[in-house]
Amino acid sequence: MLLVILQGEISPTVGRGGGAIPRASALKTSPKRNLGDVVFKYTTLMFAVIVLSLILLMAYEMYVDSKPSILKFGWGFLTGTTWDPVQENYGALPFVFGTMASSFLALLIALPLSLGIAVFLSEMAPSWLERPLSFLIELLAGIPSIVYGLWGIFILVPWIRSSIEPPLSGYLGSLPIFRGAPYGFGMLAAGLILSVMILPIVASISRDVLKAVPQSQREASLAIGATKWESIRLILKDARSGILGATLLGLGRAIGETMAVTMVIGNRPTISASLFDPGYTMASVIANEFTEATTSMYISALIEIAILLFLITIIVNMLARLLVWSATRGKL
Amino acid sequence: MKFARLVAVLTLSVLGFSLSNAQLKLNGAGATFPYVIYSKWFDVYHQKTGIEFNYQSIGSGGGIKQVIEGTVDFGASDGPMTTEQLKDAATKQGTEVLHIPTVMGAVVLTYNMPGVGQGLKLTPEVLADIYLGQITMWNDPKLTSLNPGMNLPSQQILVAHRSDGSGTSFIFTDYLTKVSKTWEQKVGRGTSVNWPVGLGGKGNEGVSGLVKQLPGSIGYVELAYAVKNNLPYARLRNRAGNFVEPKLESVTAAAAGAAKNMPADLRVSITDADGKDSYPISGFTWLLVYKHMKDKAKGAALVTFLRWAMTDGQSYAKGLLYAPLPKQVVSLCEAKIREVKF
Repeated sequence: MLLVILQGEISPTVGRGGGAIPRASALKTSPKRNLGDVVFKYTTLMFAVIVLSLILLMAYEMYVDSKPSILKFGWGFLTGTTWDPVQENYGALPFVFGTMASSFLALLIALPLSLGIAVFLSEMAPSWLERPLSFLIELLAGIPSIVYGLWGIFILVPWIRSSIEPPLSGYLGSLPIFRGAPYGFGMLAAGLILSVMILPIVASISRDVLKAVPQSQREASLAIGATKWESIRLILKDARSGILGATLLGLGRAIGETMAVTMVIGNRPTISASLFDPGYTMASVIANEFTEATTSMYISALIEIAILLFLITIIVNMLARLLVWSATRGKL
Repeated sequence: MKFARLVAVLTLSVLGFSLSNAQLKLNGAGATFPYVIYSKWFDVYHQKTGIEFNYQSIGSGGGIKQVIEGTVDFGASDGPMTTEQLKDAATKQGTEVLHIPTVMGAVVLTYNMPGVGQGLKLTPEVLADIYLGQITMWNDPKLTSLNPGMNLPSQQILVAHRSDGSGTSFIFTDYLTKVSKTWEQKVGRGTSVNWPVGLGGKGNEGVSGLVKQLPGSIGYVELAYAVKNNLPYARLRNRAGNFVEPKLESVTAAAAGAAKNMPADLRVSITDADGKDSYPISGFTWLLVYKHMKDKAKGAALVTFLRWAMTDGQSYAKGLLYAPLPKQVVSLCEAKIREVKF
């Protein structure tokens, strides 16, 4: 969905497909080809409908399977903080909190970095440096998340424990977000590992968006005496909706990430203000507990968490559309 | 001439044998813990008889579900099916489900305490208090009085547990439920529980990762995993009052100790077992078999396989770090296998 938005953003400036319309009308003169067109149209329509019905079917199936849990816990499922499979008492709030907190933390770290990378690659870097650097960043996106998780356990977590958390709690220990014992495992580790994972997506899409801003914009601003810095600020303003789209795409990835997060977050369903404390995410609890969930209420509660995750993803996507729409409306 | 005929007869009989069994393929699904020995068994047995087994290690919970739904020929689980699940299976499949113990495993407590070597001693009460968050320091008097020779520092105890649902957690919490009233009331037993304290790691590797990383931590893993990775482990006091090291022999001893009071359906937990050499956190893993096999050929194949697993099959256990069944239990299992009709 977001890619479509981005395409829409980029294409007016780069699209050069003016010749398509006359050719399409020329096709109409031949009835035989027309049949092919009709078949083609409905075939592609069918593919589109398949995607849509797949989503609806998934939503329906999840709703049916989670009905026992929805009926039993009601809204209390959203506000409950206990997750006890033995007593069959389920509340999802710690998981919702964990997912949102780790994802936004990741965004907070990754966004400035990605923007810096994107600006450097599109505006500053000499071409001999740009290509290999872009390639390396895109390579980061291709690393499987389990590899990130292992890297997290064996390198990131010990580093956080020995070099990041002690100074943070030493100098900024008065802030509630830096309190608690420095284990290494916890929200901070999850946020950091997620930021590394979403960085390539946000950076490479932002770079494409920046590159799509017409060269004439740069030349015009420089011609009226803008400095490089002022010119880049103008370009960033032009590209803001695309950058926003890239950011939300990154956020979507962070929300859905499972393996790497579960390996470093500590897997404890608690809500704590401190970044040093362990947490738990929705995707992780489903992955962790689904295979051994035997009672029907247990499965039902896990599926209800899946629905919540589904809804949150949809809300994030809708928010993305809304933001992009309002941003572009301001420009046009 | 004679030789040629002999060869012909042999070839024909081999051909005939493999042809008769060529289509025979038994599908099973369930526990991940015994996967290593099951795949060894299935492989060896396939080469011996030509009967093929297709086993998917999807987890005990999944195995039980598939048995209830009748989508497999047999299932496997680290925890016995509940009475409710058995009833469910009986109504849906029209036949009882039998539990056949195959091998055993144990849960080992591993710890990371710089300067403190192998062989920390623990009692059931102390272990429960640690996992309840009531003993929080390594130099707690309850710990130091048990380990007078060890120089336990004034450091916080970090508790690690499994975050994923698992039979290992089930055996461990089953043990704590038996030895501690407080644990029974506050937490209980299950493949996943609401842990009072600690961090969760995914899988044995996740827990041992936590323990290796965090000085002052304690966690539980499967015996085979601890042995393969040379993790330091604690000695635990059993019912008889002896501090027992987790070893394959002490696990087999636990099953022997429990064999006297085995219920008829063999659905039994052997944690906190009797016997002076018994390691207290041990457990069976079961194959789940239908009492009436609908398919005659498959039923016959499964029964002969199970008999083989109880006899020749047991010899593969130790090499793969599973504890073999003691003689008493094998004879109980063989009686159980005779109940299978086809």
